Amino acid sequence: MSYDVKTWIDVAAFLGAGLSMGLGAIGTAVGIGYTGARATAAMSRNPEMSSEIFKTMLVGQAIAETAAIFALVVAMMLLFIKSPDLSYIRIAVLIGSGLCMGFGAIGSGVGGGFPAGEACTGIARQPANTKRLNTTMLVGSSICQTPAIFALVTALILLFSDFSGHPLSPTWAAVLGAGLACGIAAIGPGFGDGLVAGACCEAVARQPSAATIATTTMLLGMAVTETTAIYGLLISFILMFKTFPTTDALAPAMALLGAGLCMGIGAIGPGIGEGLAAYSAVGQVGKNQDNSAELIRVMLVGQAVSESTGIYSLVIALILIFVV
Amino acid sequence: MAIEGADIIKAAAFLGAGLAMGIGAIGPGVGEGMAAAKACEAIGKNPKEAGLLTRTMLVGQAVSESTGIYSLVIALLLLFVV
Repeated sequence: MSYDVKTWIDVAAFLGAGLSMGLGAIGTAVGIGYTGARATAAMSRNPEMSSEIFKTMLVGQAIAETAAIFALVVAMMLLFIKSPDLSYIRIAVLIGSGLCMGFGAIGSGVGGGFPAGEACTGIARQPANTKRLNTTMLVGSSICQTPAIFALVTALILLFSDFSGHPLSPTWAAVLGAGLACGIAAIGPGFGDGLVAGACCEAVARQPSAATIATTTMLLGMAVTETTAIYGLLISFILMFKTFPTTDALAPAMALLGAGLCMGIGAIGPGIGEGLAAYSAVGQVGKNQDNSAELIRVMLVGQAVSESTGIYSLVIALILIFVV
Repeated sequence: MAIEGADIIKAAAFLGAGLAMGIGAIGPGVGEGMAAAKACEAIGKNPKEAGLLTRTMLVGQAVSESTGIYSLVIALLLLFVV
């Protein structure tokens, strides 16, 4: 019994759509649940502010939801957009695109819940600070979504690029690797960014006069946390846009798939670790702003060391693509 | 297309190198971040000891880094030696 290419492309599209929405729903659900739990606790502490807390909760949850909406959009596109491209590469493209968006939404979904939850707690503690807290939450949780946006961009480029002129092997491994690199690499930084943004909301609630320096520290910490997601994006762009010579052997294809997995998985740890470092630094800056210069310095040094394993992964991925 | 034994070994070595470095990077990344987080907290509580605390953090992180370096070594061995 044999099937034609068209059947396999449909199979891949359905599989990709399922993976995208299934994986993409994990993070957001956890994040939104966290926000809801914190909002409930905040209301019981200060029932008079419950309408403000409710509003903040809904706004925060809506932002945390974006990652899941991206996954839904990609899943819909996989289900309903039929490409005239009927090559075997399309099978790998569709699965890669679904995996990319599915994994990419996990970190940002969980991360987006932290600032919203802390903002709700903060409003209950310091009602006078509501406006400032809402602003901080909006800035923080929007930046949390950037890794998910990287994944969305990669998934859309994969879906709408024409790979039909490329040789089947090793292009199939390159596009699959591209999806995995950007998608898995978004998990750690998305989660780490959320921790930092949550700490900033807590600091603003505790010490309104430290809001400016805490926000600056947060932005700096988040920018460094984000770097490993950018490495993932870089590797996936190289894998998508470089043309590889035709080969019959298995090894060159596995090298490209390995490069994608290496950078993707290698970005998780540094993303979370750098987020933890910035989380504590922002919290301490909020408590004692006189120390902020020293704290920012130590935070950056600590993050740089934590980054090193991410850089090793980048080096190995580049060797796998360009040297072997 | 006929796949030869040597080709399969090379393919497995490449995939293994990617996985070794990728998965090996998770632990040190999180662990070094924890060390940095605690150092920030400690400096926040006791700013006078910042020098000592930074030094301790760096030594702790360097030790934590070792497994990441093992992964790097294994990945390079898989790529160039095996």
